[in-house]
Amino acid sequence: MAMVQPRSLRWRKLAAHLALIGFLTLILFPLLLVISISFREGNFATGSLIPERFSLEHWSLALGIPWERADGTVVQPPFPVLLWLWNSVKVAIVSSLLIVLLSTTSAYAFARMRFAGKGPILKSMLIFQMFPAVLSLVALYALFDRLGQFVGWLGINTHGALIVASLGAVALHIWTIKGYFESIDGSLEEAAMVDGASTWQAFRYILLPLSLPILMVVFILAFVMSIMEYPMASVLLVDEHKLTLAVGAQQYLADHNQRWGNFAAAAVLSGLPITLAFLICQRWIIGGLTAGGVKG
Amino acid sequence: MYTTNASRGLPRHRSRYPAERYTRWALRGLVAALVLALLWLVLAFHLNGQPIFALLFLVLGAALGVVFTRRTLMSHRYIFPAVASMALFVIFPLLYTVGISFSNYSSSNLLSEERVRAQLLSRTYQEESATFGFQLYSSDEGVRLYLEREGAPPTTGEAEAELEEALEGVSRFVTGPLSLQDGERRHVAIQPAAGEPVGEPLPMREVIAYRTALQNLVLATPEGLELRMAGLRHYAPMLDRYEVRADGSLYDRRDDLLLTADGETGFFVTEEGERITPGWPVAVGLDNYARIFLDPDIRGPFIQIFVWTFAFAGLTVLFTLIVGFVLASLLQWDQLRGKALYRTLLILPYAVPAFISILIFKGMFNQHFGEINLILDALFGVRPDWFTDPWLARSMLLIVNTWLGYPYMLLLCMGLIQSIPRDLYEASAVDGGGPLTNLFQITLPLIIKPLTPLLIACFAFNFNNFVLIALLTGGNPDILGASTPAGTTDLLVSYTYRIAFQDAGQNFGLAAAIATLIFLLVAGLALLNLRLAKVRV
Repeated sequence: MAMVQPRSLRWRKLAAHLALIGFLTLILFPLLLVISISFREGNFATGSLIPERFSLEHWSLALGIPWERADGTVVQPPFPVLLWLWNSVKVAIVSSLLIVLLSTTSAYAFARMRFAGKGPILKSMLIFQMFPAVLSLVALYALFDRLGQFVGWLGINTHGALIVASLGAVALHIWTIKGYFESIDGSLEEAAMVDGASTWQAFRYILLPLSLPILMVVFILAFVMSIMEYPMASVLLVDEHKLTLAVGAQQYLADHNQRWGNFAAAAVLSGLPITLAFLICQRWIIGGLTAGGVKG
Repeated sequence: MYTTNASRGLPRHRSRYPAERYTRWALRGLVAALVLALLWLVLAFHLNGQPIFALLFLVLGAALGVVFTRRTLMSHRYIFPAVASMALFVIFPLLYTVGISFSNYSSSNLLSEERVRAQLLSRTYQEESATFGFQLYSSDEGVRLYLEREGAPPTTGEAEAELEEALEGVSRFVTGPLSLQDGERRHVAIQPAAGEPVGEPLPMREVIAYRTALQNLVLATPEGLELRMAGLRHYAPMLDRYEVRADGSLYDRRDDLLLTADGETGFFVTEEGERITPGWPVAVGLDNYARIFLDPDIRGPFIQIFVWTFAFAGLTVLFTLIVGFVLASLLQWDQLRGKALYRTLLILPYAVPAFISILIFKGMFNQHFGEINLILDALFGVRPDWFTDPWLARSMLLIVNTWLGYPYMLLLCMGLIQSIPRDLYEASAVDGGGPLTNLFQITLPLIIKPLTPLLIACFAFNFNNFVLIALLTGGNPDILGASTPAGTTDLLVSYTYRIAFQDAGQNFGLAAAIATLIFLLVAGLALLNLRLAKVRV
């Protein structure tokens, strides 16, 4: 609490609150609007934020249940949203688990061991992680196209290819976990090794249980990133039933046929769990996002 | 830091515990299996004529073998999986892209030369010089097709000689009874016949009714010669169109042309220089780069997109920083209540998946029934063309991207402002400094230094913000007069994506050349970032 208080404090506080509330209204308007639209009747309905003609049509379609209108016509769900969501979740879970596995072991080596080429490898990882995958899509496509000729589950239009391709983005996570490992005192492991534990045992039984929180954070971060991944999925996946949500969702707003209402329901349905997960874990995620990349 | 046993490369003794011994053997077996699997891939790629991929997996397999057998490299075993996956999915694609940029790899030059040759050699043509007239004879079991050779046997030409050999002088053929109801393509055997089958031939009207089925029939003689329909009254034999000559060139038997393989363009060309598609990729040196900088149809749009990309990334960083910084300063104010709630609501745009919020904006900005135009129309009577006017489309992108990006800046600024000692503000208050003095004399100077590397990273991210462009405008509206698909809102990344995957020509070489230029820019930014952040390892 500051000791010296300026005058007119009350007015300033009021102004700050008003400004923040005004800004928030502007910022949150799109999100509220989409929730409202998902309950409106028809695909081009306009009106106030609280729907005048309430209807569950879009929600029913988003959940994959055909909807019977008042006039008796039955509307079939336009896209398999739940399947897309499931594909996204499936790919995200497997790839995040693999990413956690890979980045934990290497972060341990980087944090605790001395070996040839450690500095250069770490630095080049930081540099290479800035190159976006979009630019090497042609090469990635060629790689998986050729691989698919010999290994079926790694070809174009497979989830295997998408999962494996996401393993390239481990640098950020290695840095995050490495920073955490370095904050844990090494004497515990040293003591274990004095008692005859191998390097692997010291890592597995001493350090790993201590670093569960950061592993959770990295898992969630990798999960969110994988769910939002668009460019690679848009090139590697072809069939409608193979698409992930990020690639599939745009089909609702195709240039010639915009299903605005259906999209709104699908967006809320699929976006809400991810948003909630993010908000619940925000403390850890934000720490990892803002500090992890550059902490020495 | 201490040195673990592993990194000293000390020998490991046989374990006392059987379970541990078996685990070690199982792991060794796993590594051996992996090495073998990779070597199998190497062999497969090599036999398939893909030397680059064979080399890639050879290096990978060899590295795996070396790292997991040498005890001095014990520490490297821990980092091998991560480094290998980065090498495979980040570094290799990067090098491969740079390599493609020096070739004419595109949808017309896609297959290897052997595959192109094989594809051309499998092409056939209809030899019109020897035709067979046909009649249909109906019977109880079905319809018989009777063929009779027309015209005099030709005199010259290799193709004709081969034809005569295959026919062995037989000039009449007949099929077994057929059902001509279904129109599927099928092969039907024909036998030499002594004369016409019994009965009356079907009239022309009925032949026409069976036309589709007849067109899909492939008649095969006992010698393997194939005949196909060539007009309403005839069938003609199908012959291989190209023939390999001793020097590797191809001879076109239908048009009597000699095709030579042109190593410079990657096509078979006739003597007049006409190209036969498909071709194969060949090295073209700096041609793609020369096109970017010299071809006016590409240079114009490229420079325009280049400038817009810089402007977009720079303005995005500026706007998000201003919004984020102002909000962070407000939220840092001790007197303000309800900060936690404000904070949570303010970072909400960051929590919603970007691909969903971008699409929400796409719907809201819709020119005809989007909510934004409805509101603007009601308030001011204007309906801006957000998607067809270049400048409005650009402003829309900046608005949406500021919405998407300010929470990140807010979080960064809040973290940094928190680390500023509070007594500085106390001192300022004692000396009569107002909020503006605090802002410009204390807060900004203290946070700008640690913020710079993060701003550069943010710039680099937005420089390559493909998802926003792809989902919101798709690069539209288009730049007029460009020979490649180029839009006024395209960033360099989405421009390369469109050249590679959306253009009819799929010019991978040109796309890779532009990608290589972006790689250089990003590498520069990354190095600058590394230096400013003073990363210690």
